[in-house]
Formats: sequence, structure tokens, C-alpha cells
Amino acid sequence: MMHKLSSMSAEQKTYLQGQKRNAVLVQISRFLIFILFIGLWEGCARLGIIDSFIFSSPSKILYAMTDMMRNGTLIQHVSITLAETMISFALVTVLGIASAVLLWLFPRLSAVLEPYLVVLNSLPKSALAPLLIVWLGSNMKTIVIAGISVAIFGAVLNLYTGFCETDPDKLKLIRTLGGSKADSLFKVVLPSSIPLILSVMKVNIGLSLIGIVIGEMIGSKSGLGYLIIYSSQVFQLTTMIMSIVILCVIAILLYGIISLIQKCYLKKYS
Amino acid sequence: MEQSLLEVKDVSYAYHTKSGETPALSHISLAVSKGEFLAIVGPSGCGKSTFLDMLCGLLKPEIGEILLNGNPLEFSAAKIGYMLQKDHLFEWRTIYSNVLLGLEIQKKKTPETIRHAEELLLSYGLDKFKDARPSQLSGGMRQRAALIRTLALDPELLLLDEPFSALDYQTRLSVGDDIGKIIKKERKTAILVTHDISEAISMADRVIVFSKRPAGVQKIIPVEFSMPDRTPMSSRSAPEFKNYFNEIWKELNHDA
Repeated sequence: MMHKLSSMSAEQKTYLQGQKRNAVLVQISRFLIFILFIGLWEGCARLGIIDSFIFSSPSKILYAMTDMMRNGTLIQHVSITLAETMISFALVTVLGIASAVLLWLFPRLSAVLEPYLVVLNSLPKSALAPLLIVWLGSNMKTIVIAGISVAIFGAVLNLYTGFCETDPDKLKLIRTLGGSKADSLFKVVLPSSIPLILSVMKVNIGLSLIGIVIGEMIGSKSGLGYLIIYSSQVFQLTTMIMSIVILCVIAILLYGIISLIQKCYLKKYS
Repeated sequence: MEQSLLEVKDVSYAYHTKSGETPALSHISLAVSKGEFLAIVGPSGCGKSTFLDMLCGLLKPEIGEILLNGNPLEFSAAKIGYMLQKDHLFEWRTIYSNVLLGLEIQKKKTPETIRHAEELLLSYGLDKFKDARPSQLSGGMRQRAALIRTLALDPELLLLDEPFSALDYQTRLSVGDDIGKIIKKERKTAILVTHDISEAISMADRVIVFSKRPAGVQKIIPVEFSMPDRTPMSSRSAPEFKNYFNEIWKELNHDA
């Protein structure tokens, strides 16, 4: 490494240093914005510029969080929301891939169903949640189905479109080797669609969380969605904002995990 | 007379779309004997590739019949190997498992067939790259791997659909030479479709000139060189080469 550095031309060194400085600057700026925002919020609340009863403050939120951690309620709400999101995400992934495969296998079926899928996909899914609660009752199953309903139609359509875009010459290769439609599916369509599946999953994890929170808001006695609605009704805005902050963190973490898997895959196969 | 490996008898074919019918092949008859290397040249879009798809059994002739070893051709990928324009090696497989793809699909992965594939990899210098990804190989080596994938199935007849057209000119010459030698060495019967006249002459024992769409056999030109042990590369410098070139050129521009 040292040798490599010394054999580098001066121009290359300057270029690399410039790149590095740029990256550091971006990181520092991001961090500063965060600190500035938190500081401004806390300061304004303490000085009475904003009403801390309505807007809360970072310290109050932190205090509420530790308090709820200590009596165990926060863990319970967070784990329920997380569990429901993971279950609905897993089901969306499995059902989405399975349905897209079926549509790909039977072109006539997809021709028949296409308009229905398009309508269901463009429907604002939050409108379905109250109906689901009435039909299925307010329990965890309903919440999970609400989560699925938000993500599934888009997932099926995106995956199906991707499957149909498989290189026709690669499919021809399978046929010239005497392969069946199942061979095409397992040896070409699915393996070549892994990058697509990963990026669809990245979108779906967020959509599942949205569906779960909507479901919890209208038909549940636990979970972060419930906590938001409950605290708004009893005017505990600190709890409410805390729940939103936690949702933010959960969303970032879940998205981050899938991104990491995606990065590892792309690193290995490209 | 020895029976031909492949016989095409008065075959015609048309494409059907909503807007109408496009005749692609009309009354084609030809025979290929075992071990022969045949090249088909013709104006672009004349239906050469359609013809190969039909020989491979992907399309069925609307009129006429195709006989392989005297029997009507059914879809039998086991006997016919097809090399496409691009190598289509799968990036998510290693070279080794790409080469075994055909055996895997035809459920013929036995110790013997795997050993045969490994021998082919060894004799054509790809054994070092067994565990490499296709993107790590040069264009020429990729085309070799694609040929080995086809040869692993031990086909009686090889169909080559402009297999070098995706390569740059220099690579094309050396890969053509390379693939030509391998096919001769493995004693395979082959039909090459190309629009490159020089390529056709350099590799083939007979060149068939197709007419404009709908394609028919316009002329069959046997290629014979006085030099012993010709290879595709050495054929190019043979004195007869330019005569054949001119003859085919004239045929292609016959009615232009």
C-alpha cells in the first residue's frame, strides 16, 4: 500500500485527496444538520418560543422513552409492530413471487387478470383497512392482511413485468437445449431476476410498515400505530412524537438491512 | 450411396401476423452428409435464421419435411446442438456449471458425461477458468465455453447462427479459426449461417447461397482447396479463395 502510494503521480494524489475531502464534508454536513435541528428544537422549547406541550422536545421524548422502556410497554409495542411488519413482508415476498410466476407461466391468465391488478394497485389501500377490520375483526391477522394489501399488488405487477423482460435469446438457448418451461423459469427467469426481486423487496418492506401502522391505528390495542392514535386522543404529544421517531428508526433499519443484502449480492455477481 | 445425415425436402414456411402473411422460406431442398461443414450465406433478413430454427425443431415446416438419419425430425435437442449469436453464458453460474447446463436440462449428468465435459474443458484450455464467472473471460474464450456447452451433449449436427457476429473483427478471425479447428477435430457435422462471405469460404466444404426473401437455394458452391490440412485461417490465403469470393459475391448481387 505504501509502495503504491509512493508510485502514484502527484496529480493522482491530489485527485484522491479531493475526493476524500468531498466525502468527509458531506458526512459532516449531514451530521451538523441533525445536531442543529435537535438543538434548535430543544432550545426553542426551553426558551418558550414554541409550546412544548404541543411540540414536545428532544429531552422530553428521551425521558418518556426511558420511562416506557423501564415498565416494558415500549418494548411490547415496538415488538408487535416489528413482528407484524416482518410477517406481512415475508408473506408479500412469497405470495408476490408465486403470483408473478403463475402469471408468467400462463400468459392467458395474465391477460385476463391484468386490468384487475392495475385497478387494485392504483386503489389507495388505506381505504381498505376499515373494511378489513369490519370483515375480519380487530386482531393481529387483520393487521397483517392490511400490511399485505398495501404492498402485494405493486409487487406482483413489478415482478411480472420484470419476468417478461427476460432476454428472449436466453430463453431460446434453454429451448435449443431441450428445456421445458420449468427449466426456463428455474434456470433463467428466476436467477436473472434476483436483482429485481431485491429492489422490489426494498420497496415492500416500507409499504408493509405503512400498512401495519394504518391497520394498528384503526383496529388494534397495541403496536406503534395504536400508540400514536391513543396518545393523540389523550393529548400526550410527547408519546406521539416519540412513536413517530421510533417508526422512523425502524423504517431506516429495515430498509438498511435489505440494502445491505442487495449490496452483498451485487458485489458478488457483477 | 451413403445416406445423408440430414435431408431437407421441399420445405416452405411463412410467418403469420395480424397484418398478414410473410413467406420466409420457399421450396428449400438440400442434403448434408456426415462430417461435412456447410455454410449458408444470403442477404440479411432472408430467413437464414428461420431455417436454422426449423432444423433445430423450434419451428415446424408448413410444407415439406426434414429427415435426420432418414427419420422425420422431431424435437430432439439430444442430437442437434445450436450455437446462437451471443454466447449467453449465465453470469450467475461459473464456467463449469454453464458448460454442464445442457446435461442438467436433459437430465444426463452421469459420471461419463461429466468427464467428457471436463475433458473438453481441458483440451480447449478452459480448465483453469472452471470456477471463473463468464465476465472474467475474453470474448473468444466465452465463445469457446459456449461451444463446449453444446459439444458436452455430443450432438450429431451442430447449427451455428452467426456465432461470431458479436465479436470485433480481429477476435472474429481468430475465434472462427479456433472454433473451426475444434469442430473438425471433434468430427462434427456443422451448418454455419453467416452474412460474411470470407467466413463462409474459409470454414465450409460447401457454401449454399440463399436468395432474397422468401429464401430459396439459389446456388450450391463446393469449396475445394489444393492445400493439405486447411484451417479456416490458412484457407484465407489460398489462391482459390478470391475466385470463390467473387463467385459468391456475384451470386448475392445477381438480381440487385
